[in-house]
Amino acid sequence: MTSIELAWLIRRHGIEMTHLSHGSHIASILSVADIVAVLYNDVAKIFPDDPKNPERDRIVLSKGHAGASIYAALAEKGFFPIEELKTHYADGSRLSGHVSHKGVPGVEFSTGSLGHGICVAEGMALAGKIDKKDYHVFVICGDGECDEGSVWECALFANHFGLNNFTVIVDHNKMQSLDYCDNTLALSPFAEKWKSFGWNVYDIDGHNHDELRNAMKSAKNSAVKPSVIIANTVKGKGVSFMENDILWHYRFPHEGEEYDGALADLEKVRPATVKSPYGR
Amino acid sequence: MRDTFVKTLLEIAKKDKNVYIVTGDLGFGVLKPFWTELPEQIINAGIAEQNMTSVAAGLALEGKTVFTYSIGNFPTFRCIEQIRNDCAYHDANVKVVCVGGGFVYGSLGMSHHATEDLAVMRALPNVTVVAPGDKVEAVEATKAVYEKQGTCYLRLGRGGEKVIHENGIENFEIGKAIKVKDGKKVAIFSTGGILDEVDEAVKSLESEGITPSVYSFHTVKPIDKETILSVSENFDTIVTIEEHNLSGGFGSAVAEVLAEKDGKKAKLTRIALDDKYSCIVGSQKYLRNAYSINAQEIVKRVKENW
Repeated sequence: MTSIELAWLIRRHGIEMTHLSHGSHIASILSVADIVAVLYNDVAKIFPDDPKNPERDRIVLSKGHAGASIYAALAEKGFFPIEELKTHYADGSRLSGHVSHKGVPGVEFSTGSLGHGICVAEGMALAGKIDKKDYHVFVICGDGECDEGSVWECALFANHFGLNNFTVIVDHNKMQSLDYCDNTLALSPFAEKWKSFGWNVYDIDGHNHDELRNAMKSAKNSAVKPSVIIANTVKGKGVSFMENDILWHYRFPHEGEEYDGALADLEKVRPATVKSPYGR
Repeated sequence: MRDTFVKTLLEIAKKDKNVYIVTGDLGFGVLKPFWTELPEQIINAGIAEQNMTSVAAGLALEGKTVFTYSIGNFPTFRCIEQIRNDCAYHDANVKVVCVGGGFVYGSLGMSHHATEDLAVMRALPNVTVVAPGDKVEAVEATKAVYEKQGTCYLRLGRGGEKVIHENGIENFEIGKAIKVKDGKKVAIFSTGGILDEVDEAVKSLESEGITPSVYSFHTVKPIDKETILSVSENFDTIVTIEEHNLSGGFGSAVAEVLAEKDGKKAKLTRIALDDKYSCIVGSQKYLRNAYSINAQEIVKRVKENW
């Protein structure tokens, strides 16, 4: 499987999962899909048959509301049956809206309250340094999440302790819950903020798989510093009417023209080598 | 009590290289012995308690036993959601240590009074809440929370507490109250460092021929139901005392057990801070007196029910 194929499948699963469950955050799932696909497919050391293998790279989704993207990636990589994705949000399911590790193979840590996962992941990285382990810790954050003070506590700490085995990937889609980030609490100049905290900064196109792959691999080999990859993305990427429309932070694709329209847009970019697991 | 804790933990950490202290930039002088002997096992996370607690969770999930260390409400309230989500929900081996339960930092003002911490921490599933009554209990409590898997809260005094258990403790067990004194009619249940006021009160009462029983509840959660129920059967009155607010703390935990008991039960009277923030300036002793959480109040309540 290529990362392009996996990214398409994550988006297709995301539409289905939010459609069936009436779940929120489809736009976030779509914006982060390429990041997740490249990370799981091409960069991180993962063990689908042995999820807790000590040599695995640790991946924490700090923006837990995009949990469907992680579930989809894990299912496609063989951690659990693809069929189970349909239970997302359902009564008695393992797959809660915000990503959960309880009983779900491959999920490192449960999140949902923003500004937590990044700091816990940093603790895992510190442990790796102390124990001289080879694993790398990747954490995916939102840009709105960077409103949280704990993110900047982490930024200070990781630099101070020289956590070169720690990479933060920010899904920088420029939007948060109610508005654009810069209309809420301006993050710009974003890259400069991280640089001033002493981090390696990669400011890249978060939908370009070559750029993502190169940045992640380079970050993984950082000699001294922690790294942040500012992955510039489009909220709702891949479904034209969802792109950059704040409505889709919470709205789910309803039966009819919304669901059909989303599928039609995805169909236009479907890799020829991939079939939809849902028939269309 | 804090020096006792550090000394005890230092001995543990010498034998177990996976034991770490993560401090929120506090412990000047106090943590020095640990820092001097085991500099590789102590981390200063700076004045950033949210990150401190999450880092502790991350370290714990990679196999460490981590003691977060700060004073008053800083290791709990500032980062309560990190304790809930990152530590307790994930069964992380994080031990949250508060130096300065109650009015220990009296004159520093209300920001430094830990008077709702037991209630808040007790409300969290998967969190063991321990508040030793004197230095002897502090030694045992430190060992016990180290051995106990999962997230714990250890509420300590500061220093200079009276030793109550002069002959040591035979069987310290989390969740099991210690009978300090045999007596009749009235039983005093105490948690945390206020035990010295109980000791003073009982000495005064005994001089008048009044002999209540005394129990030290070093564990607030899980609460020792067995002892509460059995005492309730055999005594007329239970007096609880805590250097803490009335709502939701130790006395409330006892009340919850008694409320569900059928049949004969002891009357309950609780000594605690009467749903207030202290705005009086004064030492711990001064504030205990100002808010009637002291030996005189214990004497009064016991006599009222003798």
